[in-house]
Amino acid sequence: MRTHRGTILAACAVGLLVTSGPAMADQDEMPSIDGVKIVTRVAPPEGHPLTEIISGFEFRTKETQDLELDDFTNPGFLMVEQGEEAWSTVEGSAEKSCESCHGDAAESMKGVRAAMPKWSEAAGKPQTLEQHINSCRTERMGADAWKWESDQMLGMTAYVGLQSRGMPVGVDLKQGDMQSWWEKGKEFYYTRVGQLDMACANCHENNYGNYIRADKLSQGNSNGFPTYRLKWQKMGSLHRRFKGCMDNIRADAYKRGSDEFIALETYLAWRGQGLSVETPSVRN
Amino acid sequence: MSTSKPRVKVPKTASKDEVIQIKTLISHTMESGQRKDSDGKPIPRKIINKFKCEFNGKTVFECDMEPAISANPYLEFSAKVPESGTFTFTWVDDDGSVYSTDAKIAVE
Amino acid sequence: MTITRRQALALGAGAAVLTAAGLPSLAFADDAKVQAAIDAFSGGAAPETGTVSLTAPEIAENGNTVPIGVSVESPMTEADHVTAVILLAAGNPQPGVATFHFSPMSGAAEATTRMRLAKTQDVIALAKTSTGKVYMDRKSVKVTIGGCGG
Repeated sequence: MRTHRGTILAACAVGLLVTSGPAMADQDEMPSIDGVKIVTRVAPPEGHPLTEIISGFEFRTKETQDLELDDFTNPGFLMVEQGEEAWSTVEGSAEKSCESCHGDAAESMKGVRAAMPKWSEAAGKPQTLEQHINSCRTERMGADAWKWESDQMLGMTAYVGLQSRGMPVGVDLKQGDMQSWWEKGKEFYYTRVGQLDMACANCHENNYGNYIRADKLSQGNSNGFPTYRLKWQKMGSLHRRFKGCMDNIRADAYKRGSDEFIALETYLAWRGQGLSVETPSVRN
Repeated sequence: MSTSKPRVKVPKTASKDEVIQIKTLISHTMESGQRKDSDGKPIPRKIINKFKCEFNGKTVFECDMEPAISANPYLEFSAKVPESGTFTFTWVDDDGSVYSTDAKIAVE
Repeated sequence: MTITRRQALALGAGAAVLTAAGLPSLAFADDAKVQAAIDAFSGGAAPETGTVSLTAPEIAENGNTVPIGVSVESPMTEADHVTAVILLAAGNPQPGVATFHFSPMSGAAEATTRMRLAKTQDVIALAKTSTGKVYMDRKSVKVTIGGCGG
């Protein structure tokens, strides 16, 4: 018998996906954070590919969940506080802060994150929260755009996102041409790419709850982003996670903010509809 | 480097000689000195190596930290409150920087 | 049949991965270093068991952030109190994690933090009292490594 290294690697790769984990505990009681109930399991609408929509929260150990359930122990709040400070900091040639136009974020930003991505007539495409923030900065404030993965952007998206915590994710596909971006995102989700020839669906639709080596696969929902990820030891954006997945399957990853990732984010928001926004969540 | 303020959680009030819980969290990468950059060069160690909690000038609790402490160091500990006063918290960085904050408590 | 050493390693790795958290603790730990740290802390006194207890997850989801707690039974008076507790990770490149210094003002000899564990290993806590006693507790923590990164 001749054993090719490739065969063994392939066998191992398959092995990665078949190890099934312990059965998941039922949601006997809804978790709550600071008095706000968090929906982590929800029934999908008709035509949805999943039988139950489940937040990434449910796939984590108690220790990791506990970090998210207490705003003091959640390290993501270090960034939230930075965002809160930036909210009222005047910047740019127009000498404005976010607060100058939007007032109290607790009022004006409520529900904003839950509806992302949102159609932008000016851009002629859906825009993520990061892009809406940068439009404000460059067009209204006369300030420089923030880099996608900068601490400033993560702080602001976390702070704005927090104002929607507990609200159901619900993207509006009726606006503009959202439907075609949803289609593009769906195609992306099911298209195998990279040297490992895998699509999002292979892990997150067909194998959630199973172990991929030592990690339990989630449904890949976006309701907790930006998230404090233990692996990163800091907060990170959804597009950083997309890029990480693509790197893992040895694909050429798209850039943060690319049309491909906007389309995928649009589709994922639809897939995760009804789950509570958990920003800033804690994941492994 | 620490762009956000340290966070501390101390009850606002306590009864005399009550033992209270204190929680602290500070933003820091806690670079262990064990990692290498993309060119293969070791990234020098840079951590918070010392934490101190004082109450009205007297030391309550201290912690010496090694690189095995996680990024964004979290500490939870107890303190006895003999009288009203101020807790002072300080963190010392390898580079000599000192970060500090305080919290008042009233004995009722 | 010819299987190169490399292929055998790949097979072994695959098998180990399949057993997931059941990885044996390989002798990466430098026992001498750990013993030296214990001796330096205890001043040579033989540690007793009990009195100090360590709280740690049986399985850590990520070795970067493992919650760890220690609590020591003590009256915490001027005459009899815990002066210090050292935390050691027997399988890390360096065993030292943290040293907590207590005083009667601490009220209770307990503390919680989050630590890094390079792999599955034992975590050790030693407590020292003002009366010269040394106590020890030890917990094994399984660390799941090599998951899906990115």
